[in-house]
Amino acid sequence: MDGIYIEKRIEKLKFSLYSPEMIRKISGAKITVPDTYNEDGYPIDGGLVDQRMGVIDPGLKCKTCGGKIRSCPGHFAHIELVRPVIHPQFAKMIFLLLRATCLKCHRLLLSKKALEEYMSVLELEEEEEGAGKTGMGLGTERFAKSVKKSGTCSHCGAKQPDIKFEKPTTFYAGDKQLLASEVRDHLAAVPSGDLKQMGLDPEYARPEWMVLTALLVPPVTVRPSITLETGERSEDDLTHKLVDIMRINQRLEANINAGAPQLIIEDLWELLQYHVTTYFDNETAGIPPARHRSGRPLKTLSQRLKGKEGRFRYNLSGKRVNFSARTVISPDPMISINEVGVPKEIAEELTVPLRVTPWNIEECKKLVMRTEFPLANYVIRPDGRRKKVTEKSREELSTTLEPNCIVERQLTDGDIVLFNRQPSLHRISIMAHRAKIMPGRSFRLNLAVTPPYNADFDGDEMNLHVPQTEEAQVEAEMLMKVDGQIISPRHGHAIIKGQEDHVSGAYFMTKDGIYFARPEACKILAIAGIHELPDADGKGVKGEEKWSGKLLFSQLLPKGLNVEYKSKLGDRVKIKNGLLVSGAIESKGFETEIIEGIARHYGPEVAGKFIDNATRVSLYVITKHGFSVSLENYTLGEAAMKEIVTIQESAKRAVDGLVMQYKKRTLERLPGRTLRETLEERVMGVLSQARNDCGTAVETHLGMENTSILMAKIGARGSLLNAIQMGAMLGQQAVRSKRLVRGYRGRPLLHYKRGDLGAAARGFVSSSFSTGLDAREFFFHSMGGRESLVNTAIRTARSGYMQRRLINALQDLTVQKTGSVKDSRGVMVQYIYGGDGLDPMKASKKLLEEMLTSPERE
Amino acid sequence: MVKREELKIEPGEAVGIVAAQSIGEPGTQMTMRTFHYAGVAEQVPTGLPRLIEIVDVRKEPKKPLMNIHLGPKLAKDEAKAKEVAEELEEVSLRKIAEIKESFAKKEIYIVVDLELMKYEGLEIGDVEKKVRNTGLGKVDVEGETKVVLKPKSASLKNIRRAASRLGDLHLKGTKNIGRAIVLKEGDEYYIRTGGSNLEEVLKLEGIDQGRVYTNNIREIERVLGIEAARNAIIFEVRQVLDMQKLDVDTRHIMLLADAMCTSGVIHSVGRHGLSGEKASILARAAFEETIKHLINAAVRGEEDKLVGVTENVIIGQPIPVGTGTVKLTMKRGKKK
Repeated sequence: MDGIYIEKRIEKLKFSLYSPEMIRKISGAKITVPDTYNEDGYPIDGGLVDQRMGVIDPGLKCKTCGGKIRSCPGHFAHIELVRPVIHPQFAKMIFLLLRATCLKCHRLLLSKKALEEYMSVLELEEEEEGAGKTGMGLGTERFAKSVKKSGTCSHCGAKQPDIKFEKPTTFYAGDKQLLASEVRDHLAAVPSGDLKQMGLDPEYARPEWMVLTALLVPPVTVRPSITLETGERSEDDLTHKLVDIMRINQRLEANINAGAPQLIIEDLWELLQYHVTTYFDNETAGIPPARHRSGRPLKTLSQRLKGKEGRFRYNLSGKRVNFSARTVISPDPMISINEVGVPKEIAEELTVPLRVTPWNIEECKKLVMRTEFPLANYVIRPDGRRKKVTEKSREELSTTLEPNCIVERQLTDGDIVLFNRQPSLHRISIMAHRAKIMPGRSFRLNLAVTPPYNADFDGDEMNLHVPQTEEAQVEAEMLMKVDGQIISPRHGHAIIKGQEDHVSGAYFMTKDGIYFARPEACKILAIAGIHELPDADGKGVKGEEKWSGKLLFSQLLPKGLNVEYKSKLGDRVKIKNGLLVSGAIESKGFETEIIEGIARHYGPEVAGKFIDNATRVSLYVITKHGFSVSLENYTLGEAAMKEIVTIQESAKRAVDGLVMQYKKRTLERLPGRTLRETLEERVMGVLSQARNDCGTAVETHLGMENTSILMAKIGARGSLLNAIQMGAMLGQQAVRSKRLVRGYRGRPLLHYKRGDLGAAARGFVSSSFSTGLDAREFFFHSMGGRESLVNTAIRTARSGYMQRRLINALQDLTVQKTGSVKDSRGVMVQYIYGGDGLDPMKASKKLLEEMLTSPERE
Repeated sequence: MVKREELKIEPGEAVGIVAAQSIGEPGTQMTMRTFHYAGVAEQVPTGLPRLIEIVDVRKEPKKPLMNIHLGPKLAKDEAKAKEVAEELEEVSLRKIAEIKESFAKKEIYIVVDLELMKYEGLEIGDVEKKVRNTGLGKVDVEGETKVVLKPKSASLKNIRRAASRLGDLHLKGTKNIGRAIVLKEGDEYYIRTGGSNLEEVLKLEGIDQGRVYTNNIREIERVLGIEAARNAIIFEVRQVLDMQKLDVDTRHIMLLADAMCTSGVIHSVGRHGLSGEKASILARAAFEETIKHLINAAVRGEEDKLVGVTENVIIGQPIPVGTGTVKLTMKRGKKK
C-alpha cells in the first residue's frame, strides 16, 4: 500500500562461500531419489521437485512454508555427495593454494624473511587501498614471486613435489594424481592465519569449501518445469542435470557399499565430477558439453548468468515494465513539440493512479461513475485488492470509495509520459511529453523533435511509458520535458529545430520582396496564435496595404531579441530588437542561431513556442507558395550537356596522358610515393576535379530558380553533389578510397584489357542517374555501394560496443556539491568539472563571447 | 544579461554518462575510412577505428607517426632538413642485405648490397661489428659483400630464429623510425616520420623539442608523464572528431581523459582498465566476465557497498545520481 515509502534500504552485500554445514542448515530437504514425478504426476518425496522446495503447480502447497504458487519464494535443498568433488569454478584457486602451501605440514610456503617483507608491503598497501584491494594475494604476480619456486618448506623442511593442474579439475603432485578427498583434507588443514596472508578471508571462505561434499539444490521456482499441450512434462535443464548427478551419486554409493574394485569407484567418481562440472558451467574448456536428448547443449548455471541474455544483463540491469505502449510513429506538425499524440485505443489501456483523499473523493467518485472516455479502469482498495470497474461494479465501487483507495484513471490530455526510441544512444532518446489523445492507431510527434530521437516515419516504432507516482511525474516534467532539451548537452547547440521544408518555408517567407495581403497576413499570424496585425510596411500596386514576410516572421520572435550572423547564402542576417531587419532565414538561422539565441536569453518555454509557431507558419507558407521537384530539375540543357561532355573528355585525355607518362616513366614522382601511387593520386585528382567542374556547370545552368539547387543552398535538403550525380555524372567509384580493381587479374571486369589504367577501366562513371548507367558502370556503382553497406553494418556493431564500454567506465562520475567530479568510490577525477565548472548545455561559446564583450560586464 | 553563476553545472549531474554518450553517440555517424599520410604511412586509422584505439590505449597505435619541427636554424633550409630526416631513418640489416640460411652447413650468410650500403654510409666492417655484438655466434667476413655467421647453437629452430633476429638488426638511425620525409608548412620545413620513438627524437639536436608530436599515447606517458598523456588523449580524440566534422564539447573529452588518468597511470576503457577497477562486484559482473568476478569476490569475502549506479539498478534501489543524491528522509508518523 505504501509503495512509495522506502522502508528498507540494502546497505551492502557480502559475498562468501557456503560451508557444507551451512548448506545443510539452509536446506529444506535432502534429495534422495534421482527422479521427479511419479506415475500420477505427483512430486516424489525426496525427489528433485520435492514439495519442500516450493511449488510450481497450481493448487499445491509448499510443505516448508505453506505458501502457494506466488507466495512461496522456494527453498533450497541439498544432495549429499558420497565422495567430495572439486567445484570447477574454484579449480584455479585450489591449484594456486596447492602450489603455495606445503603438502606435508600445510603451511604457507614462504620463508620467514620473505613473509616479513611481503607482509610489510601488504600492510602498507592496505593502509592506502583498503583490505582486499591491494593487488596482493593469491594469483597475483607479486605473490607468485614471493612464494619460493618448488623446493623445501621453510616450516618442516619437506621437499615439495611439482604441482600440476590439468584443466578443468585434475591435480597432480609429481606424477601422482591427487584425489578430491586428498585435496580437501589438505586444504582443511591450512591454518587460517596463512590464508589471510594469501588474501583469502577464512571466516567466509575456507578453502576446503571449494571441494564440495554437499551440493546445494536450487528451489523448483528457479527451474520450473513446463507442461506441454500434450500434457507431457518437460523439465528444466538444471533439473535434468541434477537428476544426472543424483543417479551417478547413487551408483557410486551402491558400488562403494558393495565393495567394488577401486578402479570402478574411481571411474564413477570421475563421472560424478564431470556432471558436477557441467552443472556449474556447461562450456568448460576441455570437456564435452552435456547435451539434451535432442543434441542441444544444456543451459546450466554459468550460462544462466553470463552474457547479453544472461541474468545480469537481461534481467537485473534491464527490467521489464508495465504501463508502457509501443506503436508506429507518424508526423503531426500541428501538435506542439512538447506533445505526443496517443491513440485512443492505447490511452484506454494505460492508466495513471489517483490516490483518493478526503479532498478529491467527490471527483474520484464521479470518475468511477463515468461511462465515456477518460474512465477509471481499476479501483485498488486500501487492503490492496484490485477491482476492475465494469458496468456492474461501477455503482458499488463508486459508493464504497474511501480515502486511501487508488483509482486507476485512463490516460488523458496533459498527462506526463515518457517517449523513447531505440537505440537509446543518448539521454535525449527518452523525453517527457504531454499526452494528447487522438484518433488513429499511431503515435504522433512533431517533426522538430525528430533529430534527438533520430526518428523518421518509414515504419519506425516508439515506446511510451506512464510514470506512476507524482514524484516521478514531477521529476520527468522538470528534468526531461522536451523544451528543456532543445539545446543538446553534447555540443551546446540546438538539436530540436526546424528542418527541411521548415527551412524552405521560412526562406520563401523572409526573402527580400515578399509581401502578403491582409487576409494572408492575418492567416499567417493566426496560425501562430497572434491576433494583432502590426502596421503594414509595404504597398501593393493599387496602393493597398501589404505586409512583408520579414515583418510577419518577426512577430514570432520575442521582443528585444538581437541576433546577427552570416547566412549560408553569404548575406548578413540581422535581427534587431525582435525585428528581422535584413537577410533571409535559411538553415543556419532556423536550426541554430535564432533558436539558440532565444533559448539562451528567454528560456526553454519561449524557444519551444517559437519552434512550434515558426515551423507551423513555414509549412503554411510553403504549402500556399507551392514547392516541388521533378525530373526537370536535373535535366540539363543542350549547352550544359555539351559542357559536361567537354569536361569529361578533357579529363579522360588528361588521365590517358598521365598513364602514358607513367608507362614511359616520365611521370614526376611525388615525394615519398612510388610511381604507381603518384599516378593513382594524380588520376584521382584529375577526375575529382572534373566532377567539381561539372558541379560548377550544373550550378550555373540550373541556378537558384531550380528548387533542388535552392534547397541545397539554403541547407534544407540535399547537396550539390546529388544534383551533379543526377544531372551530370556519377564520377569515380571507389573501394577503400582507391580506384576499382578487385576480382580479375589486373582489371575489374573482362570488358577491359589487362593493365588498362584509363579512367573508364577503373570505375569512372561518366553517365548520370538521369541518362542511366550502362552495364559496366552499373556494376562499378554496385561495388562502391556494397562497400558502404558493409561498412555501416560493421560500424554500428563496433560503435555500440565502444559506447557500452565508455558508459560502463564513466557512469559513476557525478558532480559533487563542491563542483568537483568524483566516482562512486569517492576518488576525485576533476577538481572542477570541465576546468571551469560550466555546463556545456548552458555555456555555449557564443554566450561566453557575448558575456566577455558585453558592456555590462562586471 | 546572463550571469556566469547561472551557467554552472548542477551538483548531482551525471556528467560521466553524459560524456560517454556525447562521445559514443556520434560513433554511429563516423566513417571507417583510413587516412593517407604522404609517404610515411598508408591507411592510418581515422574515425571510429582510431577512436577505439585511443580509448583502448594500445601499446602502440596501428600506424605510429611523428611530426618533428626543426629549430630556427634548420627550419627554413630544405637540404639541412633532409639531412636530419635521413639521419633519423632506421637502417636495419634487412634493408641493405640479403640473409640466407644454410641448414646443411649450419651457417647464416649475410650478403650486403654494396650500392645500398654506400648510400647509407656504411661499410662491411660496421655490419660485421654489429653482427658480432649480437653475440649470436662466430662471425667472419668473406670477400667484400659476405658476412658469415656460425650460430652458437646450431639447432634448426635456433638458426631460423637467429636469421630473423638479424633482419631486424639495428645498424644506424633511430629505432622504430621507418621512414622520414620532409614536408613544408608555410615557409617552414618539418619532418614527418612513420614509426615513433619520442625518447630518442627528443635527444636530437637542431629540432624544436617543444613541438615534437607523436600519436603514440603510451609513449608520451612513458617519456613525458601522465599529465602529458592526458593532454595527448584530449588532443587525439579532438582530432578524430574534428576530422569528421563532429561537434563535441571539450568538457566531455576532458572528463574521459581525466577518468583514464586519475590513478596516475593510463587505464583503458574496458574490462582491463576502468571497468575492471571498479569497487562494485555487481557492476563488474554486469559488465563482462560475470562468473570470474563473482567467484573472486566470494573467495576474498568481498563486500559491495552499493554506492554506484549499476549496483543500485540491479537491486532495485534509487541510483545515487541527480535527484537520487539527496539524502533527506521524512519521519512517518500517525496524523493527529
